[in-house]
Amino acid sequence: MGHISHNNFREPLILGEKSYHDVTVDICAPIERKPNMLWASLLSLAAIIAVWGIGNILYLLGTGIGSWGLNNTVDWAWDITNFVWWVGIGHAGTLISAVLLLFRQRWRMAINRSAEAMTIFAVVMAATFPAIHAGRYWLLYFVFPLPNQFGSLWQNFNSPLLWDVFAISTYFSVSLVFWYIGLIPDFATIRDRIKSPTAKRVYSLLAFGWSGRAKHWHRFEMVSLILAGLATPLVFSVHSIVSMDFATSVIPGWHTTIFPPYFVAGAVFSGFAMVLTLMLIMRKVYKLEAYITRGHVEMMNIIIIVTGSLVGVAYLTELFVAWYSGVEYESYAFLNRATGPYWWAYWSMMTCNVISPQLFWIKKLRTNLIFTFIISIFVNIGMWFERFVIIVTSLHRGHLPSTWSYFYPTFVDIGVYIGTIGIFFVLFLLYAKYFPVLPIAEVKTILKATAEKFKVSDNQPKK
Amino acid sequence: MKKETIIYAFYNDDDVLLKDAQAFVSQGLWVSDVFSPFPIHGLDPIIGVKESKLGYAAFAYGLIGLTLALLGMWYFMIHDWPMNIGGKPNFEFVYNLPAFVPVAFEFTVLCTAHGLAFTYFCANGTFPGVKADNPDPRTTDDLFAMEIKLEDNPNFSLDQIKSMLSKSNASEIREKQNCETDTCCNK
Repeated sequence: MGHISHNNFREPLILGEKSYHDVTVDICAPIERKPNMLWASLLSLAAIIAVWGIGNILYLLGTGIGSWGLNNTVDWAWDITNFVWWVGIGHAGTLISAVLLLFRQRWRMAINRSAEAMTIFAVVMAATFPAIHAGRYWLLYFVFPLPNQFGSLWQNFNSPLLWDVFAISTYFSVSLVFWYIGLIPDFATIRDRIKSPTAKRVYSLLAFGWSGRAKHWHRFEMVSLILAGLATPLVFSVHSIVSMDFATSVIPGWHTTIFPPYFVAGAVFSGFAMVLTLMLIMRKVYKLEAYITRGHVEMMNIIIIVTGSLVGVAYLTELFVAWYSGVEYESYAFLNRATGPYWWAYWSMMTCNVISPQLFWIKKLRTNLIFTFIISIFVNIGMWFERFVIIVTSLHRGHLPSTWSYFYPTFVDIGVYIGTIGIFFVLFLLYAKYFPVLPIAEVKTILKATAEKFKVSDNQPKK
Repeated sequence: MKKETIIYAFYNDDDVLLKDAQAFVSQGLWVSDVFSPFPIHGLDPIIGVKESKLGYAAFAYGLIGLTLALLGMWYFMIHDWPMNIGGKPNFEFVYNLPAFVPVAFEFTVLCTAHGLAFTYFCANGTFPGVKADNPDPRTTDDLFAMEIKLEDNPNFSLDQIKSMLSKSNASEIREKQNCETDTCCNK
């Protein structure tokens, strides 16, 4: 039994000799064993940073936005930089699970669960920033069109800032639903295996009574496909709308029509970089080398080259159009970016985002895991600088030279940003301990067709 | 009280189950359901799982979302309190429509996805707190179970079904009496 249909044209997606039971055991192992020291110390470190961040947020809410380094000229800085950075990171998960599902890319299955988890946590971090930068945060409910006592005053539906509210909340909740529906069968697997009665009760609750009937699987696949179809335009719309927060304004440097596609490419670029950063560590710690292979890393690196090159072309196009438009304010904004007081930010961005991913054209480098890890960190940094460059350098030189200014972050700026990284890692580490980090059921569907060798389990009742 | 006799045939491999299911159905034996750790492709037409209508439901939810979004924006921006923002007045719905596209799209997706998810849970009867009814805990790991109900197959006796199954490639056969209350089994 258990035929092997080895495909000669493609690298196997699952290495070694695995049976269905092995897949279950491998993925459930981290959940079933006691937390180890490495995990506990990483969680403690992340928690300390998170607590410091929450402290800074509370200080900010108590003191006011004045505790940030903003001034009359640069009135948006790290807050929105961090917001766009986190939203961008949150783009890989849904792209992997939705767009790659529609394209029937089976290699997505090794990474989609964790990428989606990362998406959800990143969007939560992103949503923190518009919420805390509102100043009068107790009036925050007014972003939603609720019947109100302010006469007949309603939200401005012509404003991209309001579109953003709808885009981010839709993206977050739809991603969450998509992720959870995929998790249910895997929670059922854990429920049926786990020994501890408390854990069993919790996983039973989380599994929604899933029993794996053929009719349920049929609906499951149908729902996954429809949600993928919905999530695909959603991914593209969300970062397009985020870019319109800038593009619909009349600030030189922001007022460009290239923003929506350029932001989407940048978001996918940074999202994949973060997925690589996290997955390379997780693969090592959880010994998932058989499932997340060098081939997977190479595939992701190819996406990094494509999106990185798109971002590079966008940077150059911006420069060209600024010159070609003949508008002196526009030309100055871009010349000032590269040679003005923020030249260091611009060239950090250029080096990290445009030059570093081009090294992946060399096969030896894009299949080298340590090199990939280093580049992924570079891209994460570069993409933060991209948003900083767009926001701060465009603002710090206005039309009136007497208002020209420079932005210095305060400890609250830094604390809130570092703190969100801490909170993100707390959430991700908890996920990595208690949730199945690979989609168990989905991996089994591709086991026979894509594994190096398929093994019949010895865990079976024999006739 | 209605009594049900269920026979479960367990398999170690999805392809073997698929072949046997095909054989049983061609002999007129009705397979009521299959429990598996992952979707078995090609099984649905054999055991008569009908194409799900969830797609139509999703479309309906999408239309509801789109209508609500457009109606809402018309009411807030055009009807109830038209404002002149940046020299661009809100007096006509059609002229404002391009600015309404993003929110209309997002709200359509929001309603479709959540409506669909809710309908999916209702159709499956899966909610937090519901008890799972898979015949063996390993059917969510690497075991595949075929469920045959005696009441669904009036042309076969219990022994006939059992002998058919024992001649097949099933690795294990189990029989279960199901009743609506616990007391009726004891009688």
